[in-house]
Amino acid sequence: MKKDIRICGFGGQGVILSGFIIGKAACVFHTFNAVQSQSYGPEARGGAARSEVIVSDEKIGYPRPTGVDVYVAIAQEAFNTYQDDLREDAIIIIDPDLVPNHDIGRPIYKVQVQKIAEDLGNKIVTNIAMIGAISGIYDLIPKEAMLNAVVDSVPKRFTDLNIKAFERGYEAGKNAKPE
Amino acid sequence: MADMINANDIRTKYLRDGMLPTIFCNGCGHGNAIDYTFWAIEELGIDTKDIALASGIGCSSRIPGYVNADGLHTTHGRAIAFATGTKAANPDLNVIVFTGDGDCTGIGGNHFIHAARRNIDMTVILLNNFIYGMTGGQLAPTAPMGSIATTAPYGNIEQAFNISELAAALGAAYVARWPVFYPYQPIKSIKEGLSTEGFALIELMSPCPTAYGRRNKLGKIDVLWNWYEDNTILIEDYKKIMTYGTDDEKVAVMDKLQIGVFQQESKKGFFEEYWKMVEMLMERDDAKHKEVSK
Amino acid sequence: MKYERDPERIRRVLGNKIQFIQGDMAVAYGGLLAGVSFFGGYPITPASEVAEGMARLLPRCGGCFIQMEDEIASIAAVIGAAWGGAKAMTATSGPGFSLMMENYGYAVMTETPCVIANVQRTGPSTGQPTLGAQGDMMQVRWGSHGDMEAIALAPSTVQESLDMTIQSFNLSEKYRHPVCLMTDGEVGHLREKVVIPDEDEMEIFDRVTATADRETFLPFAESPTNGSKVPDFPTFGTGYRTYVTGLTHNEKGFPRTDKQPDHERLVMRIITKITDDREEMMDVEEIALEDADIAFVTYGASARPAESAVALAREKGLKVGMLRLKLVWPFPRDLITELSKKVNTIIVPEMNLGQIYHVIKEFAVDDCDIICAPKIGGEMHLPLELLEIVEGC
Repeated sequence: MKKDIRICGFGGQGVILSGFIIGKAACVFHTFNAVQSQSYGPEARGGAARSEVIVSDEKIGYPRPTGVDVYVAIAQEAFNTYQDDLREDAIIIIDPDLVPNHDIGRPIYKVQVQKIAEDLGNKIVTNIAMIGAISGIYDLIPKEAMLNAVVDSVPKRFTDLNIKAFERGYEAGKNAKPE
Repeated sequence: MADMINANDIRTKYLRDGMLPTIFCNGCGHGNAIDYTFWAIEELGIDTKDIALASGIGCSSRIPGYVNADGLHTTHGRAIAFATGTKAANPDLNVIVFTGDGDCTGIGGNHFIHAARRNIDMTVILLNNFIYGMTGGQLAPTAPMGSIATTAPYGNIEQAFNISELAAALGAAYVARWPVFYPYQPIKSIKEGLSTEGFALIELMSPCPTAYGRRNKLGKIDVLWNWYEDNTILIEDYKKIMTYGTDDEKVAVMDKLQIGVFQQESKKGFFEEYWKMVEMLMERDDAKHKEVSK
Repeated sequence: MKYERDPERIRRVLGNKIQFIQGDMAVAYGGLLAGVSFFGGYPITPASEVAEGMARLLPRCGGCFIQMEDEIASIAAVIGAAWGGAKAMTATSGPGFSLMMENYGYAVMTETPCVIANVQRTGPSTGQPTLGAQGDMMQVRWGSHGDMEAIALAPSTVQESLDMTIQSFNLSEKYRHPVCLMTDGEVGHLREKVVIPDEDEMEIFDRVTATADRETFLPFAESPTNGSKVPDFPTFGTGYRTYVTGLTHNEKGFPRTDKQPDHERLVMRIITKITDDREEMMDVEEIALEDADIAFVTYGASARPAESAVALAREKGLKVGMLRLKLVWPFPRDLITELSKKVNTIIVPEMNLGQIYHVIKEFAVDDCDIICAPKIGGEMHLPLELLEIVEGC
């Protein structure tokens, strides 16, 4: 098993952290191997940014994705920019409020993660709600490992908020259908 | 006691065995600088085991070779950076840098600036002879306007680097400048420098009859040494004249090099601040660890 | 205060035994575990994270971090600290490494143990700061003027970035030589799992310090302790009153700059103290070489797509293997000669226009084909690109 995951948005939305959390969940809180890489340079300071994680139960040689199995976008520009190498059966997850133009003729999971974060009173946990949604939609890494990685990676004083964001994202993901 | 020991004893005690003769020419002032440093060390009672010397490249940078103490004869201009590391590794060492005007103010200018700014605990003894002596008389950043060098054959048109004033402006804890032909003031300043927390600069104006004097009608040793007498003025006298003097008096001293103590401040050196921070961090970690272990 | 290595404190400062961190941070971790007590560095992409990690963690381990004014000062302070008794290191990338070349040679000439981590990028000049490359594999060997040998390692993973930093310190302490950890922007910025070794899972070698009589001790002669060509180290402040100079010097350390034999004797000792141990030092990984007709020989980040290409080729029934050089310098010349007798073709993928390729060509037998497989521009080879080269053989 080897899965290439790409999370993209614009700089400041926490997409790098999202990739980091998934990688950590896979190899620190679960038994998989993982490699996470990201785009550097001006784009990491605003503009489209991406974070990529390879998760595998074997040793990972080439550390960059050679295609994309899971494509997650929380910004329109990023969604448009990074979709060239999606695999046939790629799982696509977006927030329809943030990526309104998403009709590319493929089934897409739509989860309003920013709304979840806003309902919790802080837009900053949009990315964590999205991690919950990914976990709910795609059962690659055990939910517990994902949640542990979230708790381990966010500031202690915001633990509860992040757990809530993750859980609500997870529920929303569970209920989401590709359309 | 200082008065129990004579010059011969000093040399036997502090010179490195097997390194003489020195490379210095007749009339060079660098030997005096070594002597003054020995007297300062002797009078302060510092054990040479606890001294680490560093130097770059040039005549003055050969000095650590002649001193019976640990010494790094390093690359051109970098001695102060090397010495920073040595002091960091062993705070008990008394770190002294010997450097020249080319080494310190030319190629090594930036290291000098930042060590002075950081107030790194070291004593820099800068032997300023207005010239690149070892390489045969090229133009130095401290060379007076109009002076001749092999690379300024028609006379120097650049302003001279006033390194002591720069060090003072950077906040160095101690800054003094003396010509080497006064023995007592340099010894006193080196002692004060060695006793200072933080960065100390002692700029010693050292004549170079071979590379500088010969080209500048100052080839005869007595003529060159007299030049210093005529072209320097005590800081206090300079200030007095500039405040109370007549216009003629002011013009007469305007271009003279001020000598004396430019700055003497009691403030914490870089490493005192640094190790305080380390202790605080380690105590904090230990307290946290105890808490968790409970 | 004087640094004392406290294994328990270091591990407490580093945190969990298993972590998901970047290669650069793993270099900092490795240094801290090895007992680094001085780090001098200057910011440069993609190596700054090493300095940032050190700035945060080294003071809490009781060591000293200083952001110096440039890379020349950084390596200078590192060498100065080493003579003060510290295990000292710096980290940089291509342009900074170029600036360090003079003092790198000084460390070689004065036999100063220290570690330079070079998170390589490309050039010439500023090039592509944020992207990885293997631009300095020859500079580390030949970049400083004069005759010398280099010790250089190249990690391919984040775990190796940690392990090989410790190994770099061990080699530098053993041979009293500046050791270069030639990582790159790719490995440096990847995040992967690392396992922090327990104290009994790692080896630490400390320099042999001088214990001989202070009057007769020769600081630049064979060790009186063990007869090795590596002299015992007279740490500053311990009463040996050593004169250390970059000039050609005799066994006492005194300058001797005008006689041919003096220079040859010194330089040959500081070279052969390393090359005598070429075999012992050798560190390679062999993958599927037993029956291979074609072998990749590579190192660092380039080994990752090569390993993937080996797997793809094997799926197709092609007999392809890989020799990965973990220690690139001193070069494992005999091993390459042997390999070149066994396989028909050696492919050398590098993230430069062919640097180690030339060395392989020098030591391979004539009837083995050596193929240069360069890739520049800040991207690794794709496994499929390398497979294509295999299929073309």
